[in-house]
Amino acid sequence: MSLLELNDVKVHFPIKRGVFFDRTVGHVYAVDGISLKVEAGETYGLVGESGCGKTTLGRAVLRLVDITSGEVVLDGTDLASLPDKEMRSMRRRLQMVFQDPLGSLNPRQNIESILSEGMAAHGIGANQEERREKIRAILAKVGLPSNALSRYPHEFSGGQRQRIGIARALVLEPDVIICDEPVSALDVSIQAQVVNLLDELQEELGLTYVVIAHDLAVVRHISDVIGVMYLGSLVEEAPSDSLYAEPKHPYTKALMSAVPIPDPVVEEARERILLTGDLPSPANPPSGCRFHTRCPWAQPKCKEERPQLREVGDGHRVACHFVEDIESGVLQIGTDRAAVVPAARTEDAGIEAAAAKAAEAAEAAEDKAVEEKSASVEATDSEAAETDSTESAKDSTAQGA
Amino acid sequence: MTAPLETTSASAEAQPEAVLAGAGASQIEGRSLGQIAWTRFKRDKAAVAGGIVVIGLVLMAALAKPIQAVFDLDPNKFHQDLVDPALQAPKGAWGGMSWEHPLGVDPGFGRDLLARVIEGSWVSLLVAVGATLVSVTIGVILGVIAGYYGGWVDSVVSRLMDTFLAFPLLLFAISLSASVQDGFWGLTGLPLRIAVLIFVIGFFAWPYIGRIVRAQTMSLREREFVEASRSLGARGPFIIFRELMPNLVAPILVYATLLIPTNILFEAALSFLGVGIAPPQASWGGMLTDAADRYEADLQYMFVPGLAIFITVLAFNLLGDGLRDALDPRSK
Repeated sequence: MSLLELNDVKVHFPIKRGVFFDRTVGHVYAVDGISLKVEAGETYGLVGESGCGKTTLGRAVLRLVDITSGEVVLDGTDLASLPDKEMRSMRRRLQMVFQDPLGSLNPRQNIESILSEGMAAHGIGANQEERREKIRAILAKVGLPSNALSRYPHEFSGGQRQRIGIARALVLEPDVIICDEPVSALDVSIQAQVVNLLDELQEELGLTYVVIAHDLAVVRHISDVIGVMYLGSLVEEAPSDSLYAEPKHPYTKALMSAVPIPDPVVEEARERILLTGDLPSPANPPSGCRFHTRCPWAQPKCKEERPQLREVGDGHRVACHFVEDIESGVLQIGTDRAAVVPAARTEDAGIEAAAAKAAEAAEAAEDKAVEEKSASVEATDSEAAETDSTESAKDSTAQGA
Repeated sequence: MTAPLETTSASAEAQPEAVLAGAGASQIEGRSLGQIAWTRFKRDKAAVAGGIVVIGLVLMAALAKPIQAVFDLDPNKFHQDLVDPALQAPKGAWGGMSWEHPLGVDPGFGRDLLARVIEGSWVSLLVAVGATLVSVTIGVILGVIAGYYGGWVDSVVSRLMDTFLAFPLLLFAISLSASVQDGFWGLTGLPLRIAVLIFVIGFFAWPYIGRIVRAQTMSLREREFVEASRSLGARGPFIIFRELMPNLVAPILVYATLLIPTNILFEAALSFLGVGIAPPQASWGGMLTDAADRYEADLQYMFVPGLAIFITVLAFNLLGDGLRDALDPRSK
């Protein structure tokens, strides 16, 4: 059995209006039906763009936000339905590292006070001296000297503050640590230090991580399994190497194609899938597949029916009706797209619908033409790149001689 | 302003890099927030001056009776011989200033003004500080509860604040003072007057600080460190006292020092309307009222209590400003 298991977790925030009496006028579907499993000792990475609900999901696991429905099972206990009192004692096993290293530390408390808070809340350590000993040991573990005890958060640098945040999570000896964007507020050079620290601690203490991030390189480095989120639901889940080598869901493909490659020659030839339009509002998500309004491969069926995550081999779980067709090339970019998109975009436009439809159709036709053109341009580009590389190879041999 | 930095304090300044390197680890002794604030406060000359004046005023108020006894100053002793009956003004220049009566005498009865200012100081400060304590206590408790728990609790408390703010305070104060009889709360005479003033002023000024505390609490509640505390398993009261309160101390302290002068002025206003401290007991507000009737004959009489109020208000304001700067851990 997995250590942490989410079953169809939903977090909906009510939108309230009214001067005297709040009336609920709708919901923001921040997390809308997520199921995943995290094995003991592994690192689960959650990626997705801003506003896709990954942070909310992390908070829901800790019950920092109310879970609307679904189960969060930690080692056989469902946290979602646990009474507050028992939840408090379960919090020992589940800790969080926050995104903003300064904001998550109380500016008026010194480090000792910050780190002993968890122990005080759970009655660990008989007296202050005993707690202090334990805090010293943990500070050493995260690479801070023990004289940091009497200092205040503003006296530390960003990387050190994040180490304090990690130390706070470790004090209670948890099984699972949820890292919400643990390094995104840090400089790149410091990011590496903190990521390596997390790695070392995992090896030493056998921790299980759920890492929430939008930086694909960081997630790839640290994760064993990666889940890709889009608009409150998982679209793809796969072992990290396999996901990067072979993304299957259209959204993952687009996401991966946006990662620059640190090699100018390969970078030139990189094929990019550009998504049109904006992220739809989670208060009014599209029907059927959440991604159909922006998917280059969208089909009429995508608008009707919401795809479930399903196994497609190689450990991939993908929520897409047509993943096999896209893979085999049966379905090409732009096929029948006009039939899907305008209807979705002009659902409540009424009079404008017909005009918009016509315009969309024209646009789609144009898109297609442009795409064909760019494909041919890209082909010549890559040829050019090849000749470039052979030339540079020649250069280097000449220099060597 | 060039605050001369002593070399010792400069070397004790935090060197974050040294922490990681562990260089000279034994020498670097962490300082508590109080020590840091005190070091910073000492550099602010205006605030130190304000603080010294405030301490002086408090000492004067607390030791009013002994001072009067030692220097033979009786606030209620008439010196009719020093008052010109025709002009209804003290004889001599500057309101009858002399070595015997350094601040002059009052125009009606020839009472010594220095003695009356000293006598008035303890009444004014007691009322002002007492009323401030009452409003800060009520305001902080209700403000924190409303801000932290939100929802209907917040609605109830906020509407209560609106009600109090909309209340005609002056009319209420007048009618309450008129209807309170001797023997109420087991008090009579001056103690009863002071108690009524503290209650009225304090009880109606709390929504101002309540609102500030509520707003601060609401913004603090959403900060990540409060969320971190909750994720550690802390309960509401624990979060309020350990996470929120330390962050609220600075605004509360600053607002309290700014509220004291307002309350001194309010006491003066109520005394002016005849519902505050009753004569012959000296109070700064009462003296000012008295002087307002006679400014044509004796302008100097107005300056004495006016200056006393001015100095007190200014000293508390300077102290409050200095405290705010000193208590912010992030300011250098």
